[in-house]
Amino acid sequence: MAEAITKPALERHGLDEEQLRWMLRNMLLQRTLDNRGFQLNRQGKIPFATGSEGHEGIHAGSALAFARGRDVLVPYYRDIGLCIGIGMEPLQVLLAMFARAADISGGRQFPNHFTGRAIGLMSISSIIAAHLPHAVGAAYAMKLRGESGRAVLASFGDGATSEGEWHESMNFAAVHALPIVFLCENNEWAISTPRDRQMKVRDVVEKADGYGMRGEIVDGSDPIAVYGVMNGALERARSGGGPTLVEAKCYRFLSHTTDDDDRTYRTREEIERHRHLDPVPRFERVLVEAGVITSDDVSAMKREILAHVNDVTDRAEALPYPLASDLYTNVYEGTHEPWL
Amino acid sequence: MAVASPSTVMNNVEAVRHTLYEALKNDERTLVLGEDVGARGNVFLITKGFIEEFGAERVIDTPLAEASIVGVAIGMAMEGLRPIAEIQFADFIYPAFNQIVGEAAKTRYRSNGDYTCPLVIRTPYGGGVRGALSHSVSIEALFYHVPGLKIVAPSFPADIKGLLNAAIDDPDPVLFLEHKKTYRLVKGEVPSEHYTIPIGLADVKHPGDALTVVSYGLYVHQAIEAAQRLAGEGLSVEVIDLRSIRPMDRTTILASVRKTHKLLIVHEDNKFGGIGAEIAAMVAEEAFFELDAPIRRLCGPDVPAMGYALPLEEEFMVSTDEMADAMRELVRY
Ligand SMILES: Cc1ncc(C[n+]2csc(CCOP(=O)(O)OP(=O)(O)O)c2C)c(N)n1
Ligand SMILES: [Mg+2]
Repeated sequence: MAEAITKPALERHGLDEEQLRWMLRNMLLQRTLDNRGFQLNRQGKIPFATGSEGHEGIHAGSALAFARGRDVLVPYYRDIGLCIGIGMEPLQVLLAMFARAADISGGRQFPNHFTGRAIGLMSISSIIAAHLPHAVGAAYAMKLRGESGRAVLASFGDGATSEGEWHESMNFAAVHALPIVFLCENNEWAISTPRDRQMKVRDVVEKADGYGMRGEIVDGSDPIAVYGVMNGALERARSGGGPTLVEAKCYRFLSHTTDDDDRTYRTREEIERHRHLDPVPRFERVLVEAGVITSDDVSAMKREILAHVNDVTDRAEALPYPLASDLYTNVYEGTHEPWL
Repeated sequence: MAVASPSTVMNNVEAVRHTLYEALKNDERTLVLGEDVGARGNVFLITKGFIEEFGAERVIDTPLAEASIVGVAIGMAMEGLRPIAEIQFADFIYPAFNQIVGEAAKTRYRSNGDYTCPLVIRTPYGGGVRGALSHSVSIEALFYHVPGLKIVAPSFPADIKGLLNAAIDDPDPVLFLEHKKTYRLVKGEVPSEHYTIPIGLADVKHPGDALTVVSYGLYVHQAIEAAQRLAGEGLSVEVIDLRSIRPMDRTTILASVRKTHKLLIVHEDNKFGGIGAEIAAMVAEEAFFELDAPIRRLCGPDVPAMGYALPLEEEFMVSTDEMADAMRELVRY
């Protein structure tokens, strides 16, 4: 980010103050939800949580570039901020954490595996990169039906770029010049495997060349820069300009999930060395210094978010689990019985 | 292009082709995608001429990558299209296993109905055509274990039309298996109007009362021939064509077993853990006291594949003579 922070510098890419504050709120909300997941896990109230600390800048900037009501998001499990940023209610995040019947998946899915057809949020599994061909198929459908003005945003981690389905998806999308943006959230780690064990190239974006696809790198801790790149890529996709691979660099500050202990494979020093990249305090400071928001207003925003997250936590917790008999529904349209 | 006129005699290739053609003509949400389905018109010429008529956007020559053929089709289905994906030979479906088992079969379930996956995956399977290790395989047992997936394997032209139409209409993913040896071998009358056959219904192809034979695919035709031979010897054998492998028709099988009290299951896929094992278990659970003889299975041997050399292929395949012998033995048991 720029040395001397001025409002005009922030308002590049046509962003206005309100949008800048919207991104900050999205980032703070994501972090609060993240923390809530880990807290609830430590309290023994939920079996599992995944955090996204370090990814907030990518999510806020990308969500702002997403065209609600038109675009389709095919995310991965690290994308709480992106999902709430395109219109998913925070209550859904908590319902998924508590595995309640009112969760859209009916308490079936792991937390952070959202679905929301009504808002263009495609259902995913936990299988790394398996969702990317689906994103390509959705983009193909848009192109076939001549729906210009629509695009697919598909996200994944750096580890996912080793999977065969990742390569196949990139290739298919490039061959057919499909309206899709591939967003790699490169946080340097795939559980305990560092980037240099994952790939020989320094930057994921180099892989785009192999498919004849446009590639762009962006500092994922800067939501404004992310917005600029993602907005450009999505606009290009929506207007027939074909796919883009965007690599957003970031760092994963937490363990992979609540079931992981990152002390077994990385030092505390390494994490501290990356601390300056933490997008949340950084963006907060930038906006305050530029006069887009006052510190008091930031504090008020945090209090409001915490109150909201407390409220949805209580509401979700109070709701019932699915019934045991719900195990048998939605296998097929009709009966699940294999014998007729 | 030349397509069927009212109630035509067709072979199985023509039945698939005719049904696909009608689907593409009548429903603009449908499309076919796969390797060499465009200009080449598929390796068995099933889609020949389609690209000229329906365009390259709906008759898609995909990159040579099966996981994405199925995976992209899943995304199309989730986004409202009715894709009909083709795997060039069933032997090449393994790269797509993850997409079929892990994704297509679970889309409705994992989203609790928020998303569905109305997808057809067609593929030629089966041996007896000198296809060697990688152009002969039967894959049904690898997939029939999977809730969320439907599997059909019709082998008569009229059944192919009715079940392919049902598969295309179906709101869930259907694996559509076509025995490649029957492609040009088997002919039959096909009504020209649009119709569907419900997935999950078997069909008694040769009535009889002394033995029930359950089969599907190429072997149904051989089993019928064997049953006709036995009829000449005064032995009455009923041959059931399963047509659908998941869901499967318990009602028709049990009704027949309650009549004949004997059961022979014949399939080309290897025996251990095969379709026959499930049928035998079901009959043992539901109709144990109806049985007058042990259930018998006549299946492919438990080796990785049939070899290219004729004796190896012949040893793998069950001959009509072997079927007739097994039938005789059981009837006389
Ligand atoms: C096909 C598959 N293999 C392995 C896993 C287990 N797994 C879950 S997340 C993960 C690492 C993914 O790393 P990356 O793509 O960089 O995403 P990140 O978690 O770092 O955001 C692994 C190996 C899986 N879910 N799916
Ligand atoms: Mg990673």
